[in-house]
Amino acid sequence: MASLPGSRTADAQAPERAELAALGDDALRVALSRMHLIRKFEETAEASYMRGLIHGTMHLSIGQEASAVGTTLKLERDDYILSTHRGHGHCIAKGADPARMFAEFFGKENGYCRGRGGSMHIADVEGGNLGANGIVAGGLPIAVGVGMSIKAQKQHRVCMVFFGDGATNEGAFHESLNMASIWRLPIVFVCENNKYGMSMDIARAMAVPNVADRASSYAIPGIAVDGNDLPAVVAAAEPAIDLARRGGGPTLLECKTYRLRGHSKSDRNLYRTKEEIETWRDKDAIRRLEHELVAHNRFAETELRAIEEAAHKTIEQALEFAKASPDPDPAQLTRDVYAD
Amino acid sequence: MPTELATPEAATRELSYAEAIREGLAQAMQADERVFLFGEDVGVYGGAFGVSGDLFHRFGPERVIDTPISELGIAGAAVGAAITGMKPVLELQFSDFVTLAMEQIVNQAAKIHFMFGGKATVPMVVRLPGGSGTGAAAQHSQSLEAWFAHVPGLKVVQPSTPHDAKGLLLAAIDDPNPVLIFEHKLLYKTRGPVPEDPYRVPIGNAAVRRVGRDLTIVGSSIMAIRAAAAAARLAAEDIDAEVIDLRSLRPLDFATIAASVRKTHRLLIVYEGVKIMGIGAEISAMIAESDAFDFLDAPIARLGGADVPLPYNPVLEKAAVPQEDDIVAAARRLVREGRA
Repeated sequence: MASLPGSRTADAQAPERAELAALGDDALRVALSRMHLIRKFEETAEASYMRGLIHGTMHLSIGQEASAVGTTLKLERDDYILSTHRGHGHCIAKGADPARMFAEFFGKENGYCRGRGGSMHIADVEGGNLGANGIVAGGLPIAVGVGMSIKAQKQHRVCMVFFGDGATNEGAFHESLNMASIWRLPIVFVCENNKYGMSMDIARAMAVPNVADRASSYAIPGIAVDGNDLPAVVAAAEPAIDLARRGGGPTLLECKTYRLRGHSKSDRNLYRTKEEIETWRDKDAIRRLEHELVAHNRFAETELRAIEEAAHKTIEQALEFAKASPDPDPAQLTRDVYAD
Repeated sequence: MPTELATPEAATRELSYAEAIREGLAQAMQADERVFLFGEDVGVYGGAFGVSGDLFHRFGPERVIDTPISELGIAGAAVGAAITGMKPVLELQFSDFVTLAMEQIVNQAAKIHFMFGGKATVPMVVRLPGGSGTGAAAQHSQSLEAWFAHVPGLKVVQPSTPHDAKGLLLAAIDDPNPVLIFEHKLLYKTRGPVPEDPYRVPIGNAAVRRVGRDLTIVGSSIMAIRAAAAAARLAAEDIDAEVIDLRSLRPLDFATIAASVRKTHRLLIVYEGVKIMGIGAEISAMIAESDAFDFLDAPIARLGGADVPLPYNPVLEKAAVPQEDDIVAAARRLVREGRA
């Protein structure tokens, strides 16, 4: 559906910026819905953990939703993604069913991985999600092989691989970008730079100011974007996806964002200030986008609340599904170690 | 048991171990366009040990792919290609270099099928030239196969003959699981009968190379060859050794070992990897835990690599791994004196 900036009100307004104008109402509705699903999924996961319903640990991406949703918005269903330990957002953004995700979180038999993987290993292979990954930079070399596979099978798919700023100091990052470049593989490398590798500030861990700067070593485009600005993320990701699909090779896209929660459940935030966290809370991607949409009369406030409410309801149902799901049978402990 | 040779003519045709592997690779690539070979210098160079030979010229640069020196990256690329419909065969130039690729093999390849609840398979093959005896010193001579036999989700094979080198390779390529093939550098030029038509040596079946009554000698790869040579000498001393070539470490054909021990009442395990914490420890323990233990008339004896990095000096290098004379002496001790 074509959007006509400012057309729904007689008030003279500043025109929509190009990145927003490029997004139709349907696309925005999908994006908003996914961002709310992610936010609510993670808030609910966190609450479930606090109440002792989930064991283990989890890595929340609250605050990073625009990055997950914006980069994937223009992917096709049969495109691939590879995700990280902080991967709930990518999974939902790629179209996974939150109920089966929650069931996995709860370690239940009808979770995406039949309860064997948990939060850090959710994969939705049929949906093109080749898995979250518990190893920093673990997905990067795998993406190279996926790219080789797409090329060898003459498919028109694209592989988008997510990783954090910390991963860019792993050898795997450099080996992978180099191979993707020399073989012009259909890969979009998405670095979600949330400023910290656990506690280590990227400014202390990396010698160049931007992760995107590292693209020059591999003669590929390197683009840095405000990762909390959904229309800007979409506008940066779409050409990278198109380039990859056309056979033009990989792009390194850096989404500068921030995780509002700690690294994992053990994090006491000793390495950053409350003020810093509050500054980033003010840049919250969901509220920012909603304000802009209301300001330009793209959506009424009531419509936005309806989108949020629907997302919340989906997550509540997902939680109930997970709670009601059966546990795996210990007699099947060693099942699926090997494929037949 | 060893796979029967196809025809009398085929039985008379001899190939080297390296040629047999190359023939298997060529046949697999001819039969299935999903199969490709990649690794460092496997193209025009023909592989560091000449295994890929002319395959680059026969199948072209898209099926026989030279890679940068990026062991972690290429191991991950094998994983990515395997989970998206290809059947990669990766050559790691020396098996020692697998230390650079451990993450992808151990954390990713081995676990994806299980971790994803059986929803993805990783049909990849890694070929690893290993072993000592070439004067390549401590970083190019190791026998690390036991490390991988410790990892659920991996299969580990060690061919000793040209026949098995081809048959195990073709079985590994068919297998839906990651299979590591530890080839032995000293065996590449050894010759033996190899049927021309494709055939599979089932993974997990040991071969009884010599039937005997007085003791069981278990080995794999070049140690199975040395054990057979030792057994021939022992026969002249009226010691009748049964020789079992494991061929596969994981899965391990324990039934064949146990049946032999029940018959011979003595067990000598020979392996090139460092003696302690190795294959011999596992087999000894399995015997000790089984009813075969009751049949033993002597302690179990192990001959393994010395507890030292492989030395450069040829005399020291030879002294660091079991030789034919060592096997003869150990067998004699076990049978004549009843001690390990």
